[in-house]
Amino acid sequence: MSIDLTTIWAFIIAFAVFAYVVMDGFDLGIGILFPTFDPGRERDRAMNSIAPVWDGNETWLVLGGGGLFAAFPLAYAVILPATYPLIIAMLLGLVFRGVAFEYRWRDPGHRRLWDFAFTGGSFVAAMAQGMTLGALLQGIEVSGRAYAGSWFDWLTPYTLLTGLGTVAGYALLGATWLIWKLDGKGQAHARKLALRAGIATLALMGAVSVYNVLLNAEYAARWLTAPEIYFAAPVPILTAIVAISLLRAVTKERNSKPFWLALLLFFLGMAGLGVTIWPNVVPPDVTIWDAAAPERSQVFMLIGVAITMPLIIGYTAWAYWVFRGKVDDEGYH
Amino acid sequence: MFDGLDGLLLARIQFAFTVSFHFFFPAFSIGLASYLAVLEGLWLKTGKQIYLDLFKYWIKIFAIAFAMGVVSGIVMSYQFGTNWSVFSDLAGPVIGPLMAYEVLTAFFLEAGFLGVMLFGMNKVGKKLHFAATLMVAVGTFISAFWILSVNSWMQTPVGFEMGANGQFMPGDSWAAIVFNPSFPYRLVHTVLAAYLTTAFVVGGVGAWHLLKDKTQLHARKMFSMAMWMAAIVAPIQIVAGDMHGLNTMEHQPQKVMAMEGHYNSYPDGAPLYLFGIPNDKEQRLDYALGIPKLSSLILKHDLDAPLAGLDTIPDDEQPPVFMVFWAFRIMIAIGMAMMIVGVWSLFARWRGKLYDWAWLHRAALVMGPSGFLAVLCGWITTEVGRQPYVIYGLLRTADAASPLAAPAVATSLLAFVIVYFAVFGAGVWYILHLMHKPPHTGELGAKRGDKGPIRTAGITPGLTQDPTDATTRDLSGTKHEPEEAP
Repeated sequence: MSIDLTTIWAFIIAFAVFAYVVMDGFDLGIGILFPTFDPGRERDRAMNSIAPVWDGNETWLVLGGGGLFAAFPLAYAVILPATYPLIIAMLLGLVFRGVAFEYRWRDPGHRRLWDFAFTGGSFVAAMAQGMTLGALLQGIEVSGRAYAGSWFDWLTPYTLLTGLGTVAGYALLGATWLIWKLDGKGQAHARKLALRAGIATLALMGAVSVYNVLLNAEYAARWLTAPEIYFAAPVPILTAIVAISLLRAVTKERNSKPFWLALLLFFLGMAGLGVTIWPNVVPPDVTIWDAAAPERSQVFMLIGVAITMPLIIGYTAWAYWVFRGKVDDEGYH
Repeated sequence: MFDGLDGLLLARIQFAFTVSFHFFFPAFSIGLASYLAVLEGLWLKTGKQIYLDLFKYWIKIFAIAFAMGVVSGIVMSYQFGTNWSVFSDLAGPVIGPLMAYEVLTAFFLEAGFLGVMLFGMNKVGKKLHFAATLMVAVGTFISAFWILSVNSWMQTPVGFEMGANGQFMPGDSWAAIVFNPSFPYRLVHTVLAAYLTTAFVVGGVGAWHLLKDKTQLHARKMFSMAMWMAAIVAPIQIVAGDMHGLNTMEHQPQKVMAMEGHYNSYPDGAPLYLFGIPNDKEQRLDYALGIPKLSSLILKHDLDAPLAGLDTIPDDEQPPVFMVFWAFRIMIAIGMAMMIVGVWSLFARWRGKLYDWAWLHRAALVMGPSGFLAVLCGWITTEVGRQPYVIYGLLRTADAASPLAAPAVATSLLAFVIVYFAVFGAGVWYILHLMHKPPHTGELGAKRGDKGPIRTAGITPGLTQDPTDATTRDLSGTKHEPEEAP
């Protein structure tokens, strides 16, 4: 397993997906939790805490999708038809969620409606993303260069579990973000939400892991036999340590620590996924090398990534820095 | 609703519907972002309040249009895979990297600086804020650059090799792929179209307020700026469009034949048809009304030059003529009307009647939305005109679709139609509502919120007179002091 261009691209796509999941994850999580905040000032503040950054966060989804199209066109061409209803549902959910940011301020008379669109869109998008992940992990039937399964392969108890896990995980990210950005009553409320979402996330992560090992012999072999177990074992152990720290932090920390721990939890979950499916991009049969674009495409894009990615990270960080601090009456001024 | 249609046709309708809707927003935001940069630049340079007021007036509209463009654009980036998976697999190695470059160099730039542009004026200072506005404007242009390169490559594919697995593979020069033969023409023509679209929207809004009060200074300023743009850019666009047409004739002759309604070849001078009902079945133009030899003059710069017609093209390689023929005529008519308004405004300016000539204002008002119709018709002309191919001459549209059952696509199409009309209908309504109010001194920008961080001096019109909100707050048991009145 030498480091080749295809491996580099697999990590770049994984990075884009991870960046999307944590960054839009907290936006979607705030959407999911939105109805539990009092209409009026609390909701306004929750939304204002992400209004300047949500669009940039969502762009990582386009990089994940566009990058997959460019670097692994076969995977893009198989996964999207296989999960067609989920992808369409996600896109429509993101339509409602995205416009709600503008519309709720422009139309106070229908603000309840757009708040509902914000929550409904966020929930549908999160659920669809989680179920798409589940559909991928449970395996996609491929024949030739096309999807060969049936209409509803993506709908199973397992995918429902991964969908709910993602909803809970995003809610956790959203709640910990709000602990960081709010204070007073809003922050106290966010703590309660973070604790519940954290417990739900851990339970569902555990359930998905057990399901993987029990129902899929290949996945079980990766996690439970030597020598793989020596590489894989640190992931659950670290997850347990992070989980305990997180549940403690959400009850007392008043700044960013719970958010970073939640982010670390997602990182470990992502690492676990990597161990589970590597080196496939479409389990069970299509490896990253089967699906990879030719070297000329990979090199051309790698040059672009090498030049632009440091700049993107730089100005994105600057935009976050501009809007740093607590969102409250005096904040930001 | 869609009984009897096959999956392929449904997928085509869905793509046409979603891309047409999407195209309206960038067609507007490309020009508007540049206009905002010009306004802010003039404000920084002259210090005049009126430019800041206009900037803040239009940025509210920009925020809504941009949000609609973003969410409808994400749909496009996934629809290649959901509905056109064979195309995605085969063309991915060539066009995928161009689209990845669009994300890396344009989408992140726009999105990264948009937050500062909308909400950050008081945080970063004037100069950095102006830089953010410029970045957003530049980003919209870079985005157009890449996506039009992709589209142009599909129209005039060059610089590729065929892989053993049937994929299109990049050849040794990416420059050949990016700068393919139709790209420079398409880029110029489309970006100018976006500027004209915005100019006529701004001009239409200015005219609307001048018709109500011709002394309104902000309305005068925006109307004047828009009419300069119309007078200068409309004639340039006509020249650019002509060059684009000649380029199309070189590379996609049957598209031009369909645009002209030339079913037959004309060995000694082809007529320019002004009217006609294309009849693909009988391969003739019914009720044709044309000017002899004019088409040869326009396309070949020679009255007697021979022009080949669709009779030289096998039936299964012809585009459907009716849509191409009429979409092209509507686009041309709007282009001419835009130029007439531009010239009229120059005349009015010379006579000192720019702000007093109600008929000019009425004409500009009627022409306000015309750019959207023109870009839609231009898009139909070029996209329907390259049928039956999705990659011109190489991959047929019929061979490019995903293996999806018709009911699945019918369901998603229905969902898109309902959601788009509801959601974007609401957005357009909000934009019209904002346009209906005249700009005034001390205009508020995109900042919002009750007591939140994202606001300026504490005046939040609209938010204060919300009975539902007030009631729910009372019910929730929270006590807030009353908001200050605007």
